[in-house]
Amino acid sequence: MNSLFSLPLPFLVLSFITILCALYVVTSKNPVHSVLALILAFFSISAHYVLLNAQFLAIVNLMVYAGAIMVLFLFVLMLLNLNKDSEPVKSKIWGIAATISAGMLLLVITAAFQKSGVAIYKGSADDIGLVKNLGRVLMTDYLVPFELSGILFVSAMVGAVLLGKRESNSESLLDKGNS
Amino acid sequence: MQLLNIFKSLDISHYIYLSTVLFSIGMFGVLFRRNAIVLLMCIELMLNAVNLLMVAFSEYMGDAQANGQMFVFFIMVVAAAEAAVGLAIIVMVYRNTRKTDVSFLDSLKD
Repeated sequence: MNSLFSLPLPFLVLSFITILCALYVVTSKNPVHSVLALILAFFSISAHYVLLNAQFLAIVNLMVYAGAIMVLFLFVLMLLNLNKDSEPVKSKIWGIAATISAGMLLLVITAAFQKSGVAIYKGSADDIGLVKNLGRVLMTDYLVPFELSGILFVSAMVGAVLLGKRESNSESLLDKGNS
Repeated sequence: MQLLNIFKSLDISHYIYLSTVLFSIGMFGVLFRRNAIVLLMCIELMLNAVNLLMVAFSEYMGDAQANGQMFVFFIMVVAAAEAAVGLAIIVMVYRNTRKTDVSFLDSLKD
């Protein structure tokens, strides 16, 4: 493996932004800042997709993740009025334990990759990430999973509406606990 | 249309390390944070690390059928459904307990 700074500049810059934003997501005290950092991380991951010849996936990633899911998170944060430091201060031992666990996960996975042989680069297929090609594959080879994901979406929507609906004539758990 | 042949000057191991670091950061967040919404965001981060690795391998192996990219597509579908249901559950929990702190959700223990 050659040294870090001989890598291509786009990869280096994008990886740096991605990791920095990810670190800010998990360490920021304010949840709204976490959401904004995560949106930035998704943007840089989309740029990675463009580098990797997956242009359609880059756009879909922007629309679905940065556009839809993150706006949903932001709306829930605003509706629940959590846009301030609401997390209780925890003891240091939690931080140490989490750091050790995540570091050991990182260590084990990288050690496993070090031992494993890497396949030879087979050369990229042209035009594979464009919508024409992906749509053809989606509508031929992956037709059944495509339809199933439609069913999954409907059931998820029904579940979300059912869960989010306010129950009119049942008292909340909090009131039960207090009485 | 090929913008840039990234693997001319790069090895797949770099993407493996990047994804592993991202996944570990997400794992750290899941273990460390107590706010349920931030927890869901860390899960999204881990899913994206896996997506990035899948796209990288799809490009690296010259995947003419775009199988890797299709899998990323379906992971995004599942992630969207998961986020919707998870946020609905969080809203319901907040309505009942006025908190989104997961360490308060231990009433099954006793």
